[in-house]
Amino acid sequence: MSTISLQDTHHHDNHDDHGHHHETFISKYIFSMDHKMIAKQFLITGIIMAVIAMGLSILFRLQLAWPDKSFPLLESFLGKWAEGGRIKPDFYLALVTIHGTIMVFFVLTAGLSGTFSNLLIPLQLGARDMASPFLNMLSYWFFFSACVIMMGSFFIQTGPASAGWTIYPPLSAIPKAIDGSAMGMTMWLISMVMFVASSLMGGINYVTTVLNMRTKGMDLWKMPLTIWAFFLTAILGILSFPVLVAGVVLLIFDRSFGTSFYLSDIVMGTQVLPNEGGSPILWQHLFWFLGHPEVYIVIMPALGISSEIISINSRKPIFGYHAMIYSLIGITTLSFIVWGHHMFVTGMNPLLGGVFMITTLIIAVPSAVKTFNYLATLWRGNIRFTPAMLFAIGLVSFFISGGLTGIFLGNAALDINLHDTYFVVAHFHLVMGSAAIFGMLAGVYHWFPKMFGKMMSAKLGYLHFWLTFICAYLVFFPLHFLGLDGVPRRYYAFTEFEFMNKWLTVNVFVTWAAIIAALAQVAFLFNFFYSIFRGKKAPQNPWEANTLEWTTPVEHLHGNWPGEIPTVYRWPYDYSKPGAETDFIPQTVPFSQTMSSNLPHDFEGNTEAEEIQKGWEVKNKPAATEAE
Amino acid sequence: MSLRKIISNKTMSAFAVILTVFASTSVFAQEAAATAKPIDMGPIYKSTLFYVLLFLLLCLFIAIVGKALRVYELTRETQGKPEGINWDTVNGVLFAIFLVVGLYGVYWEYTVHGEMILPEAASEHGKRIDEMFNLTLIITTIVFILTHIVLFAFAYFYKSSGNRKAYYYPHNNSLERIWTIVPALVLTVLVLMGFLTWRSIFYKIEDPNNKPLSIEVTSSQFQWDIRYPGADGVVGLKNYKKITAINALGIDFSKKESLDDQVADEIVLPVNKPVRFILTSKDVLHSFYMPHFRVQLNTVPGMTSYFEFTPTITTDEMKVKTNDPSFNYLLLCAKICGSNHYNMQKPVRVVSQAEYDEWVTKQTPYLTDDLRKVFNLPVPVAPATPAKAADTTAKDSTAITNQIALKK
Repeated sequence: MSTISLQDTHHHDNHDDHGHHHETFISKYIFSMDHKMIAKQFLITGIIMAVIAMGLSILFRLQLAWPDKSFPLLESFLGKWAEGGRIKPDFYLALVTIHGTIMVFFVLTAGLSGTFSNLLIPLQLGARDMASPFLNMLSYWFFFSACVIMMGSFFIQTGPASAGWTIYPPLSAIPKAIDGSAMGMTMWLISMVMFVASSLMGGINYVTTVLNMRTKGMDLWKMPLTIWAFFLTAILGILSFPVLVAGVVLLIFDRSFGTSFYLSDIVMGTQVLPNEGGSPILWQHLFWFLGHPEVYIVIMPALGISSEIISINSRKPIFGYHAMIYSLIGITTLSFIVWGHHMFVTGMNPLLGGVFMITTLIIAVPSAVKTFNYLATLWRGNIRFTPAMLFAIGLVSFFISGGLTGIFLGNAALDINLHDTYFVVAHFHLVMGSAAIFGMLAGVYHWFPKMFGKMMSAKLGYLHFWLTFICAYLVFFPLHFLGLDGVPRRYYAFTEFEFMNKWLTVNVFVTWAAIIAALAQVAFLFNFFYSIFRGKKAPQNPWEANTLEWTTPVEHLHGNWPGEIPTVYRWPYDYSKPGAETDFIPQTVPFSQTMSSNLPHDFEGNTEAEEIQKGWEVKNKPAATEAE
Repeated sequence: MSLRKIISNKTMSAFAVILTVFASTSVFAQEAAATAKPIDMGPIYKSTLFYVLLFLLLCLFIAIVGKALRVYELTRETQGKPEGINWDTVNGVLFAIFLVVGLYGVYWEYTVHGEMILPEAASEHGKRIDEMFNLTLIITTIVFILTHIVLFAFAYFYKSSGNRKAYYYPHNNSLERIWTIVPALVLTVLVLMGFLTWRSIFYKIEDPNNKPLSIEVTSSQFQWDIRYPGADGVVGLKNYKKITAINALGIDFSKKESLDDQVADEIVLPVNKPVRFILTSKDVLHSFYMPHFRVQLNTVPGMTSYFEFTPTITTDEMKVKTNDPSFNYLLLCAKICGSNHYNMQKPVRVVSQAEYDEWVTKQTPYLTDDLRKVFNLPVPVAPATPAKAADTTAKDSTAITNQIALKK
């Protein structure tokens, strides 16, 4: 601690002596090592990737809604992949694959964690920057390269990877099985290795910063829930992503060097392949050992963000701060032993199915605790509906809806008939897709003033929220029933089965809802980019929040605080404390300045402080002490 | 042409323009333009432009509304009156409306789309799955409705008002204990029931008097090959290395169990008789999915998996029950397997034992004269007849399929 504070003062002196370092355009905006700039880079890259992935989803929704209609324009843009104006089956699979990959990894992992961990960890903990700014910069540029390579696969002859975002071998391993498993899959794998490298560098940085660089007084139990969520997410990522790389490397070996980790007894047409002794199930184990923690990597930052936003805008402390943290820890731990619920019907030993069912349903308990705590936080609040708050409430709604359908899928017996149907699609788009993207949007609306020093338009935010919220339900709620009718996912068209014909009208409806939802994002994009340049200037603390980031100047500076880093005296959720003058008390306000609102609980057993408080109360509040 | 049709036609193209820009390449566009037969793109571009303009008009309209609101608020401000529109109230009310409309929407979905889902399970274990499903559905629906009522009602009732302060309520240990323990108990019940159901499906105790009918299914891109065991009741061994153009499954005809195996172009099952599917795959993963029987298991190259169940309703009975004369059971592929994944199907029929017995004798054996030559088997002069029914004791001695991996 002493060395850090020494450095701090040193840093501070520097600023006084020389002002800012000389920054060129390149060092400030491109190869920046400032955590705030890197956060913005992650965010904008994430938004661009999200728009692309959303565009892809509209393309395949078009195909699903009007399977026998021709759209000549598609041919103009997609060429041979949409000959005659109709998307080809192979390209359809490529679309769903890349849509899934981009959304899960590039948007909801890097876009969400990358943005908000980078922005908030130093700002909310009171650090000048990340533990390793250079690693941080590298993390972004690895991520950026991964994005470029992934998108690059659209520009090659055989097209992008198309074996589903889970790229199960042998389909992903044998180019003969599907065109996308040629060059496109190689690029997918390279891109994913770079992505994992990026997220590991980020994760190590987050964990180090949280553990070592908290300001004076900021002990772990005074950290905002956002930081807890980012911290645990980073730990999850560090422990699970390397397993994916291991799996990916083995797959690269199988594809390029003739090994047989995942391949055995395969005959393409009448050509017997030489591979022997491998098992496709191995890939699934390795993939889902990352894959399941991954969905919590996606949702936990969103939950952390919404905890903070709901508390601030209800003007109430988050209900059950400790329970929220313990449930996050519970989710983190349990998420490592539930991956098998993705594999109930793969032919895995049924005994394992039983075990994974038990662990899976246990993980619902901490999730339920979180939900109820959100509800209790809203109870008797004084709710300000900022756009961020609307999105946070939307997140809670999606988290409930999608979480409940998870109880069906986590049950091995029910999963037999629901596995790989639209029920699964509906489930994870609600609980992990919509909920996480709502958490991300809530975060953008909430911390936009901190990132850009400008305010976003609230009214456009309302419009954006209501259109998106309603359309997301219109899109995903009906899909459950397709699944209950036994319609498998990743079907190019519903035309070949008579029983699916009755769902064609539903598909048209869902596609229209998706298109409206996509257009609603224009309201966000306009609001976002317009406000960066032309938005109203942000006040110091626009939401009247307690956390440290709102004590930094609106104009960014390298090192975050112009003078010394503020000291923290209290937890971040003292909203509407009885006896206080305002309805919020920032973390930097010592208890000695808030004698009228202090509670015995605040002193954590510090007898000296309790004595002082008692003495003050006897002097100033005779009635209260007599009553006791 | 109805207005709706026009919109769906042309707007689609319009959106396609906007949204495909990112995912497209001008190289392919040029290539396509050179090779494709000339389509007059003029009207398409025009209609696209029309819809883009329409969208821009909508944006303009929204901008005007926004400006009007702004002007209204400013005038209120200059007059010293309270802020024009209380957006907290607006959003709170919208949440209340969303709750009411949403609840009706859920009711509508449950009753309308809920009617369109699979009919009752046509298998023994399927009935247990359906019971399990119904119980879970009831519990989750209650929780779903209650929590949403609470969520949106709180949003409505506790929206900000200038003169109220929120209630400082940081924690309550007994409340937290309740909502940890109650979900845990409910989930324990579900886990136990699920576990028992799961066990009863995959750990079957064999009844020696009612041996399952073995049927082998081999998946490949994009077809299902069905092999019936023939008179001996045993599906013979196969080896992928023996696969040739005439021996598509690689059946080893040097084993006598293989000699009477039969090809079938549909799956026909006798009702109320256990059937045991032996699932294998030739190339990539597929998933053997028969939703009406609540049956699904992946087919994996290099690994044999088994699913045993008892169909309980014949196709004809189901036609009556569903009131749909064209009803048919189906086998479809549920694991992404390539470009024709969406059309990998096989008809399934459940018939009475008598009908089955009659049908099964008509099926041709796998062993053709050409294959006999390859395997050095005597080629009969007369048209090949399936091997005479072996006596029942032979079944037990040679039954490879009865080495049950999954049974304990």
